[in-house]
Amino acid sequence: MSILQVRDLTVTFPGGVQAVRGVSYEVSRGEVLGIVGESGSGKSVTSLAVMGLLPPGAVVSGSVTLHGRELIGVQEDELTRVRGKSISMIFQDPLSAFTPVYTIGAQIAEAVRVHQKTGKDKAAKRAVELLDLVGIPHPDARARAFPHEFSGGMRQRAMIAMAIANDPDLLICDEPTTALDVTIQAQVLEVLKTAQRETGAGIVMITHDLGVIAGMADRVLVMYAGRPVEQGPVDELYYRPRMPYTMGLLASIPRVDGAEGPLVPIEGNPPSPAALPPGCPFAPRCPMRIDVCDEEEPPLTAVGGGRHVACVRSREIEHKALTGADVYPLPVIPPSGAVRVPRERRATVLELTDLVRHYPLMKGAVFKRRVGTVHAVDGVSFDIAEGETLALVGESGCGKTTTLQQIMRLEPPQSGHVVVLGQDSARLGKAERKALRGDLQIVFQDPMAALDPRMPVGDVIAEPLRAHGRRNVAARVAELLELVGLSPEHAERYPQQFSGGQRQRIGIARALALEPRLLVLDEPVSALDVSIQAGIINLLEELKNTLGLSYLFVAHDLAVVRHLADRVAVMYLGRIAEIGAVENVYDRPAHPYTQALLSAIPLPDPERERARRRILLQGDPPSPADPPSGCRFRTRCPKFARLGEAERRRCVNEEPSVVRLANATGERPDHGAACHYAEEIEVIPASDDQEEK
Amino acid sequence: MRSRVVLRRLLRNRQARSGCLALILLVALAYLGPYAGPYDWTDKDFLAFLSPPSADHWWGTTSIGQDMYAVTLRGMQKSIVIGVLVALISTGLAAMVGAFAGYFGGWVDRLLMWGVDLLLVLPSFLIIAIISPRLRGASWLWFVVLLAAFTWMITSRVVRSMTLSLREREYVLAAAYMGIPRWKIIFRHIVPNLASLLIIDATLNVSAAIIGEAALSFFGFGIQPPDVSLGTLIAEGSRNATGYPWLFAFPAGLLVVLVLSVNLIGDGLRDALDPGSTS
Ligand code: SF4
Ligand code: SF4
Repeated sequence: MSILQVRDLTVTFPGGVQAVRGVSYEVSRGEVLGIVGESGSGKSVTSLAVMGLLPPGAVVSGSVTLHGRELIGVQEDELTRVRGKSISMIFQDPLSAFTPVYTIGAQIAEAVRVHQKTGKDKAAKRAVELLDLVGIPHPDARARAFPHEFSGGMRQRAMIAMAIANDPDLLICDEPTTALDVTIQAQVLEVLKTAQRETGAGIVMITHDLGVIAGMADRVLVMYAGRPVEQGPVDELYYRPRMPYTMGLLASIPRVDGAEGPLVPIEGNPPSPAALPPGCPFAPRCPMRIDVCDEEEPPLTAVGGGRHVACVRSREIEHKALTGADVYPLPVIPPSGAVRVPRERRATVLELTDLVRHYPLMKGAVFKRRVGTVHAVDGVSFDIAEGETLALVGESGCGKTTTLQQIMRLEPPQSGHVVVLGQDSARLGKAERKALRGDLQIVFQDPMAALDPRMPVGDVIAEPLRAHGRRNVAARVAELLELVGLSPEHAERYPQQFSGGQRQRIGIARALALEPRLLVLDEPVSALDVSIQAGIINLLEELKNTLGLSYLFVAHDLAVVRHLADRVAVMYLGRIAEIGAVENVYDRPAHPYTQALLSAIPLPDPERERARRRILLQGDPPSPADPPSGCRFRTRCPKFARLGEAERRRCVNEEPSVVRLANATGERPDHGAACHYAEEIEVIPASDDQEEK
Repeated sequence: MRSRVVLRRLLRNRQARSGCLALILLVALAYLGPYAGPYDWTDKDFLAFLSPPSADHWWGTTSIGQDMYAVTLRGMQKSIVIGVLVALISTGLAAMVGAFAGYFGGWVDRLLMWGVDLLLVLPSFLIIAIISPRLRGASWLWFVVLLAAFTWMITSRVVRSMTLSLREREYVLAAAYMGIPRWKIIFRHIVPNLASLLIIDATLNVSAAIIGEAALSFFGFGIQPPDVSLGTLIAEGSRNATGYPWLFAFPAGLLVVLVLSVNLIGDGLRDALDPGSTS
């Protein structure tokens, strides 16, 4: 029996913009419905409408019934009774869900008391129980903590505790793990599964991460331009998508489990809800578009097996068993000339030796005094050969961004050396530093923040050229715009007239203006939607090969790293835990942290995702102001927990440094890990095509 | 390219166009208008004291028989210059000091902000009172400088705090990593992004300067009789605004029109500079 039934839900915002145009779904007890879509697809608005949380002015029509009771159009106070009792919502940003001035325990107890008649003590006790259930250590002590004293992952758990306080029948999770690091995401997803088991609630899981959905959901709803375009059981939908958009989406994601070759990009951008195309909303980007597609919007029709598809050619797709790779034109990326030369014989473009960056930790408002040291980067060494991509991965706070800044500043580091193209940053004169800046450029993460909003993009790209006194600026700007796949006529527009992916292309054009040899990429695709991301990754790969660039690539998305990088360095608390060629590190990780990291990444492959066993890490990373003695990872190391007393002593007392593994093989044998008891194991199940090999 | 794009957007903007037109007309009126009138502003008509507007005295006369039309336009010449100059100087100074203090930080910041705080606590009126007598006889433009010097501090503090947040933006970092000198970054990336604030500040300063000048004149500093400004005329006229409304209405009306046209130009400029607006 279904708990929640949504029929023909539409949401119209003031100004006549239809953000949601006819969404229908139902959720049964204990079932997880995944809703996927890119930003602007209306997936979040849908759930806000279900909760009755839309801002006044938004017109909602259609029907939402909970246990057969209509929720649309009922009085606010009645809705309040339902909200938090029968339906709870979990947001992306847990900080906004808690009031900063009350303790976590008090707020959860409050949530209990609003809907149940219980005494204060009992409610407080229940709050502690709930915190325990979601895996917060020392729940009775932590209940007395304030929201800001919790880390992001703990806050998200506390929010789950609050959401299930009243045994709701339905949990709506809106991007519940998007703001979290992968190892924390794995913990929180585990907690969600526990919560569901405890309460037997149905879950509506809204996310853009196809991996998360693959592991959690029973059924999936794909949204595009405010409407569901495909719906069905998770396995069916992932293995046999029948709508070109879903097919493209699934083919466009890079995967941690290998699969070489260019990604399938979906050209163009999602339509704006104010200016929808007349027929199928996906038609302008669809490689299978035929004339009838433009005539009218194809309705979502049942095709059997619980599946619904909105595409006129779905039968044909089914019949011919087409996949994304078949229908989308694959870009051809020219091979790189540099990689044919063995690594040892290529020039080194960047070399870091024992780089250190400590910050003083200050306290006090009037009289500042130093109370400690933040060990942001604590002895990092690596090098990058010409034409190579080194990825620096790690979770937030591991020091990867600080490392970048130290390189980009081109100033003498606190300790250690930064050598860029053979020049030591400590020995640079002013003019040399400026000249070297032309060879070392950066692409930032957030394509909006990285471009001056008040500058036409022509000026943005011309800025480095003018600063370095280049001639023929206008011609070069046009050339660069074309190089990154934009039209030169766009030079007079402002950054916000472009979509996110286009802005990132502008950022890349600016970085390439001075023909650098080393490009630093600071999370270049993490702010982009999946379908756009593939295009940028392909562009980066192509530029690298045609222009002979080297990349230093900072990312937290290990799937993107696997696709783009040649070598990878895993950082933990300011030090390198493991470094080596991508194949070696991904297929045979040796450091327990790398193993946990890799096993935490959800695969967009339902069967294998369900079959996987995760290495779950305990707790949060310690603060870099107070790293543990000896091995920094020992507080969370699953291996440390299994070691004997004598062996443990070594982890506690002696800090491991990166040593080359004995049986490192392949063309690139420099696979090293900073663990006393390093041991290679496989954590990502090999994909089918790899098994065949 | 930016200047060309901004100029084009400015010319396309209706508000800016009408504001500019109004300002040009006002300036023309102030400087060319007196030639059209029958009297000079120094003339006194002893046959008409406080006479209401008539065919002879278009805007009436004052208590000593001056022709209001001639006197008001004479006053407006001064006031336009004072208002616009004071606004430009004080807003410009505020932007520079605030942006440099905020962007450079460290001792530059401390020194500049110390200066700002000092000027804020000193009673500016007192200083103007002390300096004014020495400037008697010197060009009245000195007065503009003095007035501007005491209006910029609060804005510069606001500019500084906004710069502190702009400084961390990635596009500012990107410029630094390109090897662009820091003062250039301030002019190219910081100040343009404060444009909305600065334009509002400047338009407010125009009217504040015109009125402020009157207050000082009233106490005997600034523009001194027999010379006049819109400010002094309004101050004078407001005392008898009910009995002899023409003494008040004409200068006040012109001030309103002047401020409105400056506001229109400001709004237009803001839209032209703000890529988010489509008008
Ligand atoms: S209806 Fe036509 S345009 Fe739309 S997805 Fe299907 S084939 Fe493509
Ligand atoms: S050195 Fe010890 S604590 Fe550190 S990762 Fe290896 S086994 Fe774990």
